[in-house]
Amino acid sequence: MSNERLLTIEDLRVDYGGIHAVKGISIDVPKDRIITLIGSNGAGKSTTLRTIAGVVKATSGSICFEGNELIGKTPDEIVSMGITLVPEGRRVFENLTVLENLKIGAFIHKYKLDDDLERVYHLFPRLRERAWQLAGTLSGGEQQMLAVGRALMSRPKLLMMDEPSLGLAPLIVKDIFDIIRTVNREGITVLLVEQNANQALKIADYAYVLETGDISMQGSGNELLADERIREAYLGKRKE
Amino acid sequence: MSSTILLQHTLTGISLGGAYALIAIGYTMVYGILRLINFAHGDIFMMAGYFMIFAMASMPWFIAIPLVMILTVMLGIAVEQVAYKPLRSAPRMSIMISAIGVSYLLQNLATYLFTALPRGYPEIPYLKKILHIGDVSASLVTIITPFLTVALTFLLIALINHTKLGMAMRAVSRDYETSQLMGIKINRVISATFAIGSLLAFIGSLLYFTDRMTVFPFSGTLPGLKCFVAAVLGGIGSIPGAVVGGFILGIGETVLVAMGYSTFSDAFTFAILIVMLLFRPTGLFGEKVTDKV
Ligand SMILES: Nc1ncnc2c1ncn2[C@@H]1O[C@H](COP(=O)(O)OP(=O)(O)OP(=O)(O)O)[C@@H](O)[C@H]1O
Ligand SMILES: [Mg+2]
Repeated sequence: MSNERLLTIEDLRVDYGGIHAVKGISIDVPKDRIITLIGSNGAGKSTTLRTIAGVVKATSGSICFEGNELIGKTPDEIVSMGITLVPEGRRVFENLTVLENLKIGAFIHKYKLDDDLERVYHLFPRLRERAWQLAGTLSGGEQQMLAVGRALMSRPKLLMMDEPSLGLAPLIVKDIFDIIRTVNREGITVLLVEQNANQALKIADYAYVLETGDISMQGSGNELLADERIREAYLGKRKE
Repeated sequence: MSSTILLQHTLTGISLGGAYALIAIGYTMVYGILRLINFAHGDIFMMAGYFMIFAMASMPWFIAIPLVMILTVMLGIAVEQVAYKPLRSAPRMSIMISAIGVSYLLQNLATYLFTALPRGYPEIPYLKKILHIGDVSASLVTIITPFLTVALTFLLIALINHTKLGMAMRAVSRDYETSQLMGIKINRVISATFAIGSLLAFIGSLLYFTDRMTVFPFSGTLPGLKCFVAAVLGGIGSIPGAVVGGFILGIGETVLVAMGYSTFSDAFTFAILIVMLLFRPTGLFGEKVTDKV
């Protein structure tokens, strides 16, 4: 693994009107790693990811991806550069079929999709069986898999995921985390936002803790897993 | 009423219904993607009528028709760009009010530029030719309209279901932000929607005004309202719904006139609207209302 930086966020601020959602954070995402961002409700995790994706405007700061500034770019330009976001709550297009949802993931590309579809079906065999079904008829877990598959269709270098384990049964959560490891091993860098801190810290190479718009702590996944404050606040464990 | 006369009126009704259907598609498509009732749509239809009058005054029909088609499409896109696009994230009521504003603006602009006196709509060769089928006689436009409407509807449905643009339109109509995350340029997709709606409004105006023969600045108001009702009747957002709604209103209206109740022919439209809203607000083909969050 190299230490080459893929994405560098410096002093990023994001406001919604008068609400300061992100208050000057700096994050490094080295290539080929899994980086996680944990924090409680309203900490600004989703806002950070949506700002990187270009659907929310930053107030100030810089987001640098492979040497290019992302702030000011449109979402389609950012997708074309190789960044994709699996949004919070999956947000599959319920009125489109499973196959169409996958195809739309590669909307910006003109190449033939057969190989990419094959790769996604290999990761998620369920989706192949359901290809002609409307996405709205899938179960929550299947929708999450579809959302991940859809994101992979754009051939991302950086895959961002916003709480992929939200509302899923423990067994499915395990599947999802396995998939995250698999795609990471295949060379996709992952930026993962999670409330499920335990699982996220276990697979993360490095982690940031976000609290009401500020980074309050950072360290390797194992360091944070062992940290008293983290154990109390995010892992629901009391001091012995 | 003899069967010949009945057949004659039915034919007229189907033809009027076809023109209504084409205009109603514009309402339903824009509603589907922006959740906006585009009050200016009827006035774009009216403007298409004027464009045709002026184009035909100085050029042959085979140049005038494509030219006016392009002008009408550009007008539709321009209205979207100027009056709706800046309000993309504003409350829905603001953009609705903006639409009403554009409607009045176009009517007043037409009155100012072309005066309120009705102007004769040019005769496009062939369209007015009278055909006799048995005892029934009808102009060519009356016969062409329903076929053209149905053909265009199938073409449009194929576009929406089987092309990349169509897929993007369906995605944007469901979820703006996620569509953006897929790399879809939503403004382009919205422009394309207005372009298609205006194109169909132009074809509708060609068929409608050839039959009615005059255009004045408020020519778009009543047909516009009726076509909006047609879209609601069919289930707003549904294209087949808009077409069926258009035919129901066109035929219903003509039959009432034929039975001697012409005073009630407009009231019929609105009676249908009220009944529909009371008993089946989602329309004949409408999906359950899923409000955007
Ligand atoms: N569109 C918006 N308009 C106004 N305020 C917003 C908007 N989106 C988020 N916020 C506010 O910004 C803050 C950060 O929200 P954000 O969604 O980024 O939190 P989060 O860390 O993802 O929380 P959760 O874990 O609940 O998803 C919150 O206070 C939220 O209320
Ligand atoms: Mg969130």
